[in-house]
Amino acid sequence: MPENTVACPDCDLLQHIPLLPARGKALCCRCGKVLATNKPGANERTLALAIGAAIVFVIANTFPLMGLAAAGREVDTTIIGGAWTMWQDGHEFTAALVGLCAVVAPAGYIGIVIVVLIAARRHRSTPSWVGNLLHWAELAREWAMAEVMMLGILVALIKIADLATVIIGEGMFATAALIALLTAMAINFDPDEIWKQVQWTGGGARLLASSPQIIDCREAEE
Amino acid sequence: MTPREPMAMPSGLALCKHCGLLSKLTSPEETSYCPRCSHKLSFRRHEAIQRTWALIIAAAICYIPANILPVMTSVTLVGAEEDTIIDGVILLYLTGSWHLALIVLIASVMIPMAKLFALAYLLITVQRRSIKSNRERVQLYRLVEFIGRWSMLDVFVISFVVALVQIKPLMAAEPRAGIVFFAAVVVLTIFAAQSFDPRLIWDSADSMENRND
Repeated sequence: MPENTVACPDCDLLQHIPLLPARGKALCCRCGKVLATNKPGANERTLALAIGAAIVFVIANTFPLMGLAAAGREVDTTIIGGAWTMWQDGHEFTAALVGLCAVVAPAGYIGIVIVVLIAARRHRSTPSWVGNLLHWAELAREWAMAEVMMLGILVALIKIADLATVIIGEGMFATAALIALLTAMAINFDPDEIWKQVQWTGGGARLLASSPQIIDCREAEE
Repeated sequence: MTPREPMAMPSGLALCKHCGLLSKLTSPEETSYCPRCSHKLSFRRHEAIQRTWALIIAAAICYIPANILPVMTSVTLVGAEEDTIIDGVILLYLTGSWHLALIVLIASVMIPMAKLFALAYLLITVQRRSIKSNRERVQLYRLVEFIGRWSMLDVFVISFVVALVQIKPLMAAEPRAGIVFFAAVVVLTIFAAQSFDPRLIWDSADSMENRND
């Protein structure tokens, strides 16, 4: 099958992907889904962003996020502190969900992307386990909710501002930087580019020799 | 007989949901595996309609206790107070930040409900083999997928309030049963959106076209 034939994942329409200019993208001509992009140097940028995100992630999770002072006493919390108190109060399910979305998924996403990109740089023919990791990266990205957490923290701060003096910790600034880096990573990361060089495992399905009648997809400048 | 808009399934082609490779299934009876990543191939997501319905119904059931039961208790020297999700919104409104109250109201109350209605609408139109406004329905599905995560907002709010307000005996906050149901609604609606298959929207149009040929 010609390699530039795809089926739209949202509407199953078969289409040809033309040779895309730099920073161009191909849209499904029926439902408008982005089918392919050409982002030169995207994965190099992603690797740099991911390493930056890993450093910021450590800072965001070790320094206090915010504190509360009342009657001469002070308490503070880190990101995982929110989940930890929940766990201790006997709400294990909610605690696990908060821990997953706030800490585990972002850490997993950053870690997997770094491993995948380094593996893809070192081997011209990338081993198939890298493909498995790409699947996990996608899952981790869906459950990483740093930006939702940040808004949650702001609402929590407003709620308790009436009760006591609120102290903003270093972790808060690191979290803000982490959101920017995670977003930039997700925009730049191009898994299709890596799939192109992953070794084939040779499952049962055949590749198509002759393509059926296929139409051209829409081209758009990014 | 090729339809004017060629689709992968009638041509016996399946898109690997794992790596995005398009390949021809060996036979419709046997299970085929992707030649690139060895994942099981199928034309559509497995039992998409039944699964999505099951998850929506489960989420709708959890939505009731999530809104009725208190999500948090706060104890101060004045006394103890139990708050539901709506109480939290009203409190934010009264303390002066109506923007935040509106954001929390949208994220916690309206988004989960809108997701349930939107998915139910998509399922009903697919089951009735509707061929109208397909593009709009796909856009609705993408919107549901995109906004779903924001209903986690209140779960984060409660967990950070509870973690911070721990100056005993002056003040303390504890999570209550409502937050578990609320978290369940969030997870169930995210799973429901993932189990639906937007390609089903286009299948009825395709079969209609073939019938007319």
